[in-house]
Amino acid sequence: MKLLKLVPDHTNIHFLRGRVPFYMVSVLLIVASLTLVATRGLNLGVDFIGGQMIRVTFTQSATAPVAELRESVGGLGFGEPIIQQFGKPNEISIRMKLPEGSEGDATLADAMARKVTATVKAGHADARIDGVDSVSGKVSGELFKTGMQALLAAIVAISIYIWVRFEWQFGVGALFALVHDVSLTLGMFALTQMEFDLNIVAALLTLIGYSLNDTIVVYDRIRENLKKYRRMPMPELLDLSVNETLSRTIVTSLSVLITLASLLIFGPDVIFGFTAAITLGIFVGTYSSIYMAAPILIWLKVNPTSFVQVESEMDRQERLAREAGGQ
Amino acid sequence: MLDFPRWKQAWYWFITLFAALAALPSLASLNNVHWPSALPRPMINLGLDLAGGSHILLEANADQVRRQRLENMEESVRARLRQAPTRIRIGDISSKDGSLTFMLEDQSQVDAARDLILPLTTGAGLTGQRDWDIRVDDGSRFVLTPTKAGIDQAISAAMDTATEVIRKRIDALGTREPTIIRQGANRIVVQVPGLKDPQALKDLLGKTAKLEFKLVDSTASASDIAQGIVPPGSEVVPFENAQKNGGVAAIAVKRLGGIKGDQLTDARQSFESRSNTPVVSITFDQQGGAKFAKLTTENVNRPFAIILDGKVLSAPNINEPILGGSAQISGNFTVETANQLAIALRSGALPVDLKVIEERSVGPDLGADSIRKGMIAMLIGTVALMSFIFITYGRFGVYANVALVFNVLMILGVMAIANTTLTLPGIAGFVLTIGAAVDANVLINERIREERHRGRRVVQAVEMGYKEASRAIFDANITNIIAAVLMFLFGSGPVRGFAVVLMIGIVTSVFTAVTLTRMWVANWLRKARPADINL
Repeated sequence: MKLLKLVPDHTNIHFLRGRVPFYMVSVLLIVASLTLVATRGLNLGVDFIGGQMIRVTFTQSATAPVAELRESVGGLGFGEPIIQQFGKPNEISIRMKLPEGSEGDATLADAMARKVTATVKAGHADARIDGVDSVSGKVSGELFKTGMQALLAAIVAISIYIWVRFEWQFGVGALFALVHDVSLTLGMFALTQMEFDLNIVAALLTLIGYSLNDTIVVYDRIRENLKKYRRMPMPELLDLSVNETLSRTIVTSLSVLITLASLLIFGPDVIFGFTAAITLGIFVGTYSSIYMAAPILIWLKVNPTSFVQVESEMDRQERLAREAGGQ
Repeated sequence: MLDFPRWKQAWYWFITLFAALAALPSLASLNNVHWPSALPRPMINLGLDLAGGSHILLEANADQVRRQRLENMEESVRARLRQAPTRIRIGDISSKDGSLTFMLEDQSQVDAARDLILPLTTGAGLTGQRDWDIRVDDGSRFVLTPTKAGIDQAISAAMDTATEVIRKRIDALGTREPTIIRQGANRIVVQVPGLKDPQALKDLLGKTAKLEFKLVDSTASASDIAQGIVPPGSEVVPFENAQKNGGVAAIAVKRLGGIKGDQLTDARQSFESRSNTPVVSITFDQQGGAKFAKLTTENVNRPFAIILDGKVLSAPNINEPILGGSAQISGNFTVETANQLAIALRSGALPVDLKVIEERSVGPDLGADSIRKGMIAMLIGTVALMSFIFITYGRFGVYANVALVFNVLMILGVMAIANTTLTLPGIAGFVLTIGAAVDANVLINERIREERHRGRRVVQAVEMGYKEASRAIFDANITNIIAAVLMFLFGSGPVRGFAVVLMIGIVTSVFTAVTLTRMWVANWLRKARPADINL
């Protein structure tokens, strides 16, 4: 049987030749993303700003009567609702701010939910209320805080791990790649104004983990080659390492994308945003491990000698074993 | 590496099959297949977002506990000093800044007063601290300040009682398998699966159900009450439903001398015999009945107010002494609201007001839809992925694919054994884990391919492939574990479910993708002794 080979056996693509322009583009993209987040803002869900979200499916209709609902629900005197489609055109979420004074009197929020659902049901016999989320300002503040803490903690903890297992330069490189991935994904959410909720934070954490997968595979190869080819110039050595792992990078990314595509197309509508965030992250993460994590090692002056000096006990034993095996 | 002793192989198979078999009951249940009840049945729980149901986070008003404590202390001090062998007279008790302050009229009684008050306090916490701090200023001014340990203990005790009361109320609703857990200092999480109408539950939880009977102060004029002016010793209480009481918004009641409705043995919804309107019939216990009889005997022909959670339900006239220890509460009820109140009264009053600060309800249809779509996505994703891996790696792809199938079963099996909860993001985590699990095989197979190109012989190439790839696989999985653990620590509800699946998936995937495939490849190499491999 002839096997599928997406990447020829011996590629020699000069990835690192364009590292300066690529880096500039990347830094520009990070800045643009963060600016976008700062100016346009994220479309925060009720998890993070508090409020009420009611999910409705119009089981007998092809599309949800969004404009009409905006009017009828908006006319209830609770302020303008944000009505969004998710998944299919007949599935919507209605988001509202909690009514004034509901921090003190929880029944007000309840009364609002009751009125809104009653209004929706009165106008549309096929309306099925799929869920109600009601989050007070206090809880949403806490959720936002812990969400951000989790993201920060993950980025820092993983970078420290890389630093311990490799070298500090690698830790910095990983940190930079992670910041790049998270910023760009956040920028994407600011651009599309897709809803940003707790699940998206989970998606970002996942994406951090997987982006690191790629980075580690490349780094592992760089470390190996640094020991093997002591006299090779760094850019060349990095190119070699990326090329050697290229086939694996492509096959793995494709594997993950295949399953994600299946989730996007056939999976539950409620987690569409979640899956979309991870899908985007796979692209960004694969790019960043080649163009962000690797070149930074040149600038941070990683070279074979710096590595050998601080050879860890584990590495030393591996080397000795290898040398013993080679004789 | 070709050396896999028999016992090792047997052990690996045992682990694999054990975990995989544990997945079967859950799979059977998801597909509505009957699982014989004679067999053990570890089960994966479905999260609320899949099973449908309500998640409600309640927060207690800690200030209220503090206030209540001050009030109780005030009453105890008063009673104690009044009932002393030689009565100790004091001035007004003020409760400013969270402390009680009062003056003795006779300075010589300081020591006697202190001896009387001291037994009202108890030890609190582990440090030997007391729950109240007693100080005497300027010779005769007592200052009683609650200590932090005392307050914490009081809040904790109130939360324990509140949790119990909530459990009783939810049980009375007849819901199955509710989860009621205290969270932090003053919160309670209530999770009830499969609830069609969470509204009734919320109504019930939000009710403190503090029932009081107080005498109406008829000396206060309606206009004064409207302005909030009442004679000393009285207070203004609003009506629950002003319109149905002839437009009167509030009445004045006497603060003291009433009785509390916590001494009940029963409460039932019933009908008033003449008008046939729904009412709540209550039965006092012996002590409560005696008090109630005394109150009604002494106040015949005067109105008294039935107050629930600070609102007047009704203010009927006492026509005759009520001696039987039972009474009816009327107040514009429907059958449902009367029934709800009866449940709330039966399970006791909450010691503190609880407020819903977070609610998440998912309809059962959406959950079922999500499971179905999640399963379909998983199936299609897995088949597509397996095809891709097969055409890329041939025989080695088959090993990877079989490992993948075992991986799926093992994740489910471990989840069932550990009795974890599968949530909607958890399904996504599952599908993702499947995609990522093959990464280990990709790394290994690519490495074998490389080693072959470098001219190594088959066995050596395979050996090197597994060895050299393991390092990166290990590091990559550790970082993933770090992310998953943080997600679990910081996340809540569904996100935690996702983190759990990731963690289990990482461990099982390393086992299946590295250990199992190595065993199979080794067995094949030993038997077939191929001179070349198609990779």
